[in-house]
Amino acid sequence: MKHTISVLVENHFGAFDRVATMFSGKGFNIRSISIGETEIAEISRMTIVTEGDDQIIDQVVKQLNRLIDTIKVVDLADTYHVERELALISIGLHKGSMEQIKNICDIFRGSIVDITNKSMMIEVTGPPDKIDAAVNVLAPFGIKEMARSGIVALKRGEQLKIQKKENITT
Amino acid sequence: MKKSDNTLNGAEIFFECLKREKVEHIFGYPGGAVLKLYEHLHDVNFLQHILVRHEQGAVHAAEGYAKASGKTGVVLVTSGPGATNTVTGIADAYMDSVPVVIFTGQVPSHLIGNDAFQEADIVGITRPITKHSFLVRDVKELALTIRKAFYIASTGRPGPVLVDLPKDVIASKCEFVYPEDVEIRGYKPTYKGHTNQIKKVAEVIAAAKRPLLYVGGGVIMSGGSQELALFARENKLPVAMTLQGLGAFPGTDDLSLGMLGMHGTYWANRAVDNCDVLVSLGARFDDRVTGKVETFAKNAYKIHVDIDPTCIDKNVVVDLPVVGDVKHIIAEIASEMPNPPETGEWLEQINEWREECPLVYEDNDGRLRTEFVIEKIFQKTKGEAVVVTDVGQHQMWTAQYYKYNNPRSNLTSGGLGTMGFSIPAAIGASFAVKDRPIISISGDGGFQMNIQELITAAAYKVPVKFIIINNSFLGMVRQWQELFHAEKFSFTDLSASNPDFVKVGEAFGIESYSTDNPKEVDSLLDKAFSVNDRAILLEFKVVKADMVFPMVPSGGSISDMMVKRLNPKRMI
Ligand SMILES: Cc1ncc(C[n+]2csc(CCOP(=O)(O)OP(=O)(O)O)c2C)c(N)n1
Ligand SMILES: [Mg+2]
Repeated sequence: MKHTISVLVENHFGAFDRVATMFSGKGFNIRSISIGETEIAEISRMTIVTEGDDQIIDQVVKQLNRLIDTIKVVDLADTYHVERELALISIGLHKGSMEQIKNICDIFRGSIVDITNKSMMIEVTGPPDKIDAAVNVLAPFGIKEMARSGIVALKRGEQLKIQKKENITT
Repeated sequence: MKKSDNTLNGAEIFFECLKREKVEHIFGYPGGAVLKLYEHLHDVNFLQHILVRHEQGAVHAAEGYAKASGKTGVVLVTSGPGATNTVTGIADAYMDSVPVVIFTGQVPSHLIGNDAFQEADIVGITRPITKHSFLVRDVKELALTIRKAFYIASTGRPGPVLVDLPKDVIASKCEFVYPEDVEIRGYKPTYKGHTNQIKKVAEVIAAAKRPLLYVGGGVIMSGGSQELALFARENKLPVAMTLQGLGAFPGTDDLSLGMLGMHGTYWANRAVDNCDVLVSLGARFDDRVTGKVETFAKNAYKIHVDIDPTCIDKNVVVDLPVVGDVKHIIAEIASEMPNPPETGEWLEQINEWREECPLVYEDNDGRLRTEFVIEKIFQKTKGEAVVVTDVGQHQMWTAQYYKYNNPRSNLTSGGLGTMGFSIPAAIGASFAVKDRPIISISGDGGFQMNIQELITAAAYKVPVKFIIINNSFLGMVRQWQELFHAEKFSFTDLSASNPDFVKVGEAFGIESYSTDNPKEVDSLLDKAFSVNDRAILLEFKVVKADMVFPMVPSGGSISDMMVKRLNPKRMI
């Protein structure tokens, strides 16, 4: 089963590599991964879409937690959450196709962000299945290039909060 | 060293930090990128630097030191080849959860990424085999980084931490402020076990008919051996140990079943197979222990106590997990026990298995066998020595025949199975342990894998007894070839190509002896035990084609256990 896992990591040199190394070293699957800033400067959020049975997902979450630079790991599969993805899709233009593409773009509430005589680029944002649908419908027109951002996601209603600072004395 | 305004260079800060971490020994090898550190080391007198002869040896020595003492081992090497030479040692420490901090030199910051002379991305190379690592980018971060490195290496489930030190960072200056506290918000090991779960564990054990404690190296690392001994004895619970767990509970105790798993005792494995409650304490259900996981302790209610949550449900799904420090949890379980379980019949049954299939070897044909040598060593040291084995048949025979009575006295490479571990690890241990003999046992193959460290032993006059079990073969591989690979003894016969080990020892300045006669074993060992101010080497030439039994084939079940050679005519 597909799981979206949200990981807060220290914005440290190498923190991302460590997560990627863990996934490849343990043979876990990454369907998509995105990383970006959060409301706190030293913390980044990684959103990882992975796949596996319950035992594998349990291990993914534990192994992520075990990394020193990860602060919080949440498997969003058990929560109400919002998922969004952005896609840039460049489509070749043929005689009369521009109008049709524009219509499809409107249906998906996308916008045209670049246009030449030969091609146009559409930006679509939404839940990943909406992007999939847009891609399906646009495919017959000839997709020349596509870039998808990977999923970003947040729990609904409440935000992930950073643990309160406590001092460890040894 | 200190300037009045407390502005220090990186090298001075480095040693100030080591002093505060109470580092007394460091195993290292110099080179261009760490020259500044060695410049200052020259005048440092609070610690001893031990010059090894290969950086892999430095890491194994630090491991031996750490395993024997419980303190964190420290390694200092240069960039590039110095750093890459540590890789096997680091992987070894990672697999066996040994607290080691490895300091590597690095090319100056502005050259990183330029393929500069002796540049290697050691942080990248070791990422999957370190608990954590740091590249120090500014001298202002140095003190805090070192503090964190020691803290991470030694707490929770211990492991190796690498700190990469660019040359310019060591040379630049800043005000030295020692960070008394470390705060790592992403790293908070759980020490205290869940109270209700601990109660439940006690109830389940108390109600058990055939309980078994399955004890791993975690008990030793947490310092929980005494708690374990009290708990097991008070409740008459039999104890089977993993390779790393040997020594956690006295091997001479009636309740000890010795080692379980692939080359475990028949009775320990039968006990695993038949127990109704299996209590894993600081062990990780490694495949060398479980064999086929579906049949491992198949009817048992499984309890798993470990400090590392990732160990739980990783290989075997358990019924009752408890995450926390195993030492404290054992004590708490013990105090929660409503009554001891009725284990009389169960212990009798185990004793029947002991008699049914004891550890035996041929000892009346006048030829020398490993088991005999190990038994002699055991008798002479009464299980009180620190025994450091290499990897192979001799390692398994030692695990079977040497009954360790103390924790931190069985040092061996279990997880990675690194040949070449024994010589340097024994040297490292000798800097930590002064009151008990240190015996290094290697095969003829593995002895040659870090043989250069013999000179380290000679130079520092460490009183290690180096024992070579020479069967003229890469014996363990030969055993698999005979059993599973159509007797194609491909590249495992060393009889025509082994060096003269006595001459080797002497060339390194170590008094050396050799024998193939069982009658001479006693006198040679007595000789070795009478020497306490320097190293000594004994080569025992044993029969060639012996095999270690019992054996549960890789991925097999207890029912597949082989207790003796199928084709006795191969016994040459
Ligand atoms: C560095 C390394 N290379 C290869 C192996 C594979 N291996 C495992 S046991 C063994 C044979 C060891 O032979 P020896 O040291 O003579 O010990 P014996 O088994 O004969 O007691 C080998 C080659 C290993 N464990 N480590
Ligand atoms: Mg051999």
